Amino acid sequence: MVKVFVPRDTTALSLGANEVAAILQRACADRSVDIELVRNGSRGLFWLEPMVEVETDQGRMAYGPVTPEDIPALLDEGLLDGQPGHSLYLGPTEEIPYLKNQQRLTFARAGIIDPVSLDDYIHHGGYVGLRKALARIPQEIVDEVKASGLRGRGGAAFPAGIKWQTVLDADARTGSSPYSKRKFIVCNADEGDSGTFADRLVMEADPFMLIEGMTIAGLAVGADTGYIYLRSEYPVAHKILNEAIARAGKAGYLGNNVLNSGKAFHLEVRLGAGAYICGEETSLLDSLEGKRGQVRVKPPLPALKGAFGQPTVVNNVLTLAAVPFILAEGGQAYADYGRGRSRGTLPFQLTGNIERGGVVELAFGVTLRELLEDYGGGTASGRPMRAVQVGGPLGAYMPEGQWDTPLDYEAFSEVGAVVGHGGIVVFDDTVDMLDQARFAMEFCAVESCGKCTPCRIGSTRGVEVIDHIRDNQERDYHLNLLEDLCDTLEDGSLCAMGGMTPNPVRSALNHFPDDFHQDRTTASRTPAGEA
Amino acid sequence: MNKTTATDVQHMVHQIIADLNHKPGALMPILHAIQDELGYIPSDSVPAIAEGLQITRAEVHGVISFYHDFRASAPGKHTIHICRAEACQARGCRALERHAQQTLGVDYHQTTLDGDITLEAAYCLGNCATGPSIRIGDDIHGRVTPARFDALIDQLQTVPLAIQPVLAKEDNTHG
Repeated sequence: MVKVFVPRDTTALSLGANEVAAILQRACADRSVDIELVRNGSRGLFWLEPMVEVETDQGRMAYGPVTPEDIPALLDEGLLDGQPGHSLYLGPTEEIPYLKNQQRLTFARAGIIDPVSLDDYIHHGGYVGLRKALARIPQEIVDEVKASGLRGRGGAAFPAGIKWQTVLDADARTGSSPYSKRKFIVCNADEGDSGTFADRLVMEADPFMLIEGMTIAGLAVGADTGYIYLRSEYPVAHKILNEAIARAGKAGYLGNNVLNSGKAFHLEVRLGAGAYICGEETSLLDSLEGKRGQVRVKPPLPALKGAFGQPTVVNNVLTLAAVPFILAEGGQAYADYGRGRSRGTLPFQLTGNIERGGVVELAFGVTLRELLEDYGGGTASGRPMRAVQVGGPLGAYMPEGQWDTPLDYEAFSEVGAVVGHGGIVVFDDTVDMLDQARFAMEFCAVESCGKCTPCRIGSTRGVEVIDHIRDNQERDYHLNLLEDLCDTLEDGSLCAMGGMTPNPVRSALNHFPDDFHQDRTTASRTPAGEA
Repeated sequence: MNKTTATDVQHMVHQIIADLNHKPGALMPILHAIQDELGYIPSDSVPAIAEGLQITRAEVHGVISFYHDFRASAPGKHTIHICRAEACQARGCRALERHAQQTLGVDYHQTTLDGDITLEAAYCLGNCATGPSIRIGDDIHGRVTPARFDALIDQLQTVPLAIQPVLAKEDNTHG
């Protein structure tokens, strides 16, 4: 029977993958052809979604982007034999340059397997890392992660091995709380940065990898319970994760006796409720505990006093998802990728106004321009690119002069930018950078947890001040005031929300000053997206 | 939902609390469960939640009011979230939101007069390579032009006469 793959990740679904799958099944039934329809995760080549793949003797052949209306003609022209007749034929999937040229470690299985099939996962190298971890003592597992040079992929880039060591060494038997003696693994799956979806794709395309990574983390530090704190904006990931966790439990990979090792590890998904700030680890922990998601003062570090007051590893999805590879292949194999102190790979996410958007996993060191041009293929609108925001809503807007910067944590820091979670948002020349600076302040006002005054009130003031600049009311005075406000936010906030909101504002001001000095009473600039 | 009485609601809330309050940090799961059932968290369920978790009513209220998702009043029949974040801005979401607000005659956090549609803002739906994106219920839609938005709204408001013609002959309740 022919195996046909139609993805079920959020992006493919948002472009009609369910309709494509339904019409394909009906059309095959009408023609009395038996097919095995697999709902895989996406390969992350999002401009080609819905991308239908067919298994042949020559490997998998791809067609895309497919609409339901294309199905009859595709079948007529030999889709089920992988024939090249139809104009949507893309050739062997693995030979598509965008995919072929990547260095996929974390996304090695994405789009290839059925995300909730444990057999598929194991057949493609899954759970090798866990078995190796079970044969070792905790310190050896932590040493392997240290050797990999893996740094936290959520944005702060803190060395994962050192965090794990702290939790391993922490004394959990303090106090008399009901949670005394326990440690926790918390996965930060509150991927709120605009321009990022790598966490989502891990959870939707290869959820067992995350489950395995968290189980290994539990073994490493002596934690018997893990929580995945997932944002509520990801209903598809929620469903897939829950299904994968149930299946892992049934097969003995989770529960009281993981693979008959005598070690327990329980895993539960907890849903956020639409608060960006809960991506900050201490807010996340408060939210997990059933409180308002407000930032905590550090110290104490979450590694020592985290969830429910107990020692806790809080890591991003991509950090934990890198762990199975590190244990399976060795820390050195992971460290062989990358440059300087940025080891391994990072899944970059090409988004916004880009012709070929998607996930591009590469070793650190690739330049922004290579990603934008060689992979991204320029803007979707066909207009010149003007600004690129890297690292989410708290990251800087970078002008063309900075696009040759290699993507690694230190090189970006030198030009006042951040790599963050690897999100890259492209804007064409219709963008109004004053609007973007204003939005940064507005977003901060909407999403501030309210704990620090500069963030809570300064952001609202920021919107007002930028409005005055736009309306040319005492422009120089207000430009100075905006600088002053940015200083206050930067120096007077506990976390990155207030502390880094000045990044997009200042970079817009410094690199695109014209947008803050034009006379808008007669301005004829076309607002973004209306061209 | 119209036929649900106040007693039914109270019973349901108590049941949810009883089912979930053994969990560490049970408040968020409880609030989600109530909202999943009713579409919002009625203010008169707050005392029961507070009592069940041995916290103050102020703490429960504080949590409900902190998170954008939790509502204290009933939403419309459908809730539409428009992504307002940067990647969608780069693809024209500012124009889309103006169009949506004009067409529906509501601002964010408001419900149309006929009680049909509640409009909300989202700050990223994770569909950033194919924006602008909106969410209707649990379905996310990409590359939503104003025309596509109108078509999606039409679909919501059109009651299908018969979903499956073959079945409809035998069983009109499928209509």
